[in-house]
Amino acid sequence: MADEVKKEVPARFKVTIDNITIEVAPGTTILNAARQIGGDVTPPAMCYYSKLQGSGGKCRTCLVEVEAGSAADPRPMPKLVASCRTAVMDGMVLKNITSERVLDARAGVVEFLLLNHPLDCPICDQAGECHLQDLGYEHGKEGTRYEFKRRTFEKEDIGPYIQLHMTRCILCYRCTYVADQLTDNRVHGVLERRDHAEISTYISKAIDSDFSGNMIDVCPVGALTDKTFRFKNRVWFTKPVDAHRDCENPKCCGKVTLWQRGDDVLRVTARKDQWGEVQSFDGKPGWICNTCRFDKKHSNDWVVEGPTKVSRHSVISQGHYIDMQMPKEIMPEVMGGRAPKLLMDIQDISEVNSVDIGLLPGPATSKTFEKKEQ
Amino acid sequence: MEFFGKTGRSARYLVVNADESEPGTFKDRYLMEFIPHLLIEGMITASYALGSKCSYIYIRGEYAWIVDILEQAIAEAKNNGWLGKNILGTGYDLEIYVQRGAGAYICGEETALLESLEGKRGNPRIKPPFPAVRGLWDCPTVVNNVETIAAVVPIINEGGEEYAKIGVGKSTGTKLISACGNIKKPGVYEIDMTISVEEFIYSDEYCGGMANGRKLKACIPGGSSVPILPANLLLKTAKGETRYMNYESLADGGFATGSMMGSGGFIVIDDSQCIVRHTYTLARFYRHESCGQCSPCREGTGWMEKILWNLETGKGKMGDIDLLWDIQRKIEGNTICPLGDAAAWPVAAAIRHFRDEFEWHVTNPDDAQRRNYGIGHYANPIPVPVTA
Ligand SMILES: Cc1cc2nc3c(=O)[nH]c(=O)nc-3n(C[C@H](O)[C@H](O)[C@H](O)COP(=O)(O)O)c2cc1C
Ligand code: SF4
Ligand code: SF4
Ligand code: FES
Repeated sequence: MADEVKKEVPARFKVTIDNITIEVAPGTTILNAARQIGGDVTPPAMCYYSKLQGSGGKCRTCLVEVEAGSAADPRPMPKLVASCRTAVMDGMVLKNITSERVLDARAGVVEFLLLNHPLDCPICDQAGECHLQDLGYEHGKEGTRYEFKRRTFEKEDIGPYIQLHMTRCILCYRCTYVADQLTDNRVHGVLERRDHAEISTYISKAIDSDFSGNMIDVCPVGALTDKTFRFKNRVWFTKPVDAHRDCENPKCCGKVTLWQRGDDVLRVTARKDQWGEVQSFDGKPGWICNTCRFDKKHSNDWVVEGPTKVSRHSVISQGHYIDMQMPKEIMPEVMGGRAPKLLMDIQDISEVNSVDIGLLPGPATSKTFEKKEQ
Repeated sequence: MEFFGKTGRSARYLVVNADESEPGTFKDRYLMEFIPHLLIEGMITASYALGSKCSYIYIRGEYAWIVDILEQAIAEAKNNGWLGKNILGTGYDLEIYVQRGAGAYICGEETALLESLEGKRGNPRIKPPFPAVRGLWDCPTVVNNVETIAAVVPIINEGGEEYAKIGVGKSTGTKLISACGNIKKPGVYEIDMTISVEEFIYSDEYCGGMANGRKLKACIPGGSSVPILPANLLLKTAKGETRYMNYESLADGGFATGSMMGSGGFIVIDDSQCIVRHTYTLARFYRHESCGQCSPCREGTGWMEKILWNLETGKGKMGDIDLLWDIQRKIEGNTICPLGDAAAWPVAAAIRHFRDEFEWHVTNPDDAQRRNYGIGHYANPIPVPVTA
């Protein structure tokens, strides 16, 4: 035992994920190593949040297969592991999208997550920026095999600014970590067990804290929504711009994204990165305070920096924002140089599609589809 | 102790897991109810070996009266100088506390138990780190079952080698089996692990044979989580060898044709019982006890229960059986703690060995609804063992 500890630990660990090898610092989790590669090699993460200590391990969407545990012990692991809570070893070989077992298990997890989730995105305020939508689209099956009633809850106001619609919650526990780690006294948590488990406040207490609004930002689904924005607009009709102000609150970074329609500020959120997490500034997570989020709804309150770079490969990117950043194309690397071949582009030969929506400069309206005189 | 991690903290803890909530298991109850001093003595010895100055018994909430018994035993030990400060003049201090759970099966899982003991919601922790490295209040902790700690006493008194002479192969020492179900003499039996399953069920020394003159249909040999076995595979392994009441023999054949010793809860099922209803009951239990942390277990257990309820009440479809199989397959191995596996295995084994009975429920919905389990339709011929 003592000998093992003395053995020199290499400064960088070599890991291979889906045939791509990189070097990462010891202690890095598999998920974060995969994020360094980027693109489709990165497992989806519905509960892990790098800025919240102790998060992860719960949703099981990030399961990956360990083909070789480490250079010292290259045996495969019998079970799939949660990549968000497993640290890499030197010489580890992992399979994510190249493993049939992983894809099968992940499709199962998506089905489980959607089992009790209402499939009514058209009336949900999160639609367009919902991680569960993305997950279902990218990793789910086309139908459901569930034939029973879904669990439902009454909507609940937790405090003046936040509404909890438990029916949509996937119990990722992120908001409880926010309450634990960002606010002064935690008054909300998880009650009950099994599929009756629910996020709630202790005896319907209002949440009253400077930083409670960040729960809305970490919630991957539409369970926690901003009451000052609810049903005011669809996110893909709004224009995100980066802005800042000198916030009096020392813990608030004051750097935000304003979601505008014309000159009106409809919503204020923290700035998000390509994984949907709040960005870090100077190594510190950019949480914002409730004053910035809920009270500063005038463009005069803010110094606008410019259009937000939308880098999340999700429905929200369909809004034709000027500053779109496409996700990294990783398939050729995963397939060892072989690239998927485009057999044909249906737009080129279609006679029924009168409009190529890929070429539209903005959202389609009924005008787009009016038959042109020939 | 090499087992422990070096965290630089001084405190270490011994925690006795007395949360015994596995359906069909009631051996720890017997030990604590009738010979609590065996447990206390085992704890004192084990705590001394580990260097724990403060040890806990985490007991199932429903065992309310046993708390009084244990506390009286602790008081007696204290009054006689076996517990407290400077035990018997050795300079070693030890306190033992009894903590009652609030009625959750999941708090028997060692890390959920530690969370609960710390006063938090009983959610299993994500491992690693294991309790031996970071357990109770982040300190190295050993969690052991009541029977394990009670066994310390004879091992120390007789010496390890002498104790290991009892039993066979790797199944050394004695084992407590809590037998229940359709047998003449349910109860807790201490066995040395050399007797056959057939002898255990049919001899008058143990279960005394099947009750009401019925035939043996199936048995869950190690508490509700382990795979159910039909009578023919219970008494003989797939190779045709006699099956014995020990770890190796019960597991012979893997999950395809074998089972597990598990918690020693031996549930015997006769030919008047319905396997579908039985499987439903277990699925309902696991659904109710899932902590709800990870999605496959939280959602999958509820789904399985609902499908089984449909099958049981004559509303099932043939496709439901394959669907159940697929659901259990997607839960197993993909969860945080083994409760997910424990919920999946009984369903898998019931379908594996009793598929025709599930199909009968689909094709005879009226009979199924009338609870008319004229189980004569099932698996003919049921092997009739020679009575011992
Ligand atoms: C869902 C679940 C419930 C459990 N319940 C119990 C229990 O009631 N009693 C117990 O002794 N061990 C229980 N265990 C096993 C413990 O996690 C742990 O392995 C055991 O206490 C170790 O003791 P031993 O090594 O002495 O057997 C349970 C495990 C799981 C996954
Ligand atoms: S309310 Fe949102 S953040 Fe909180 S547990 Fe549910 S899904 Fe997660
Ligand atoms: S497997 Fe079930 S009981 Fe165990 S942590 Fe997951 S949800 Fe909780
Ligand atoms: S992100 Fe890893 S389990 Fe949820």
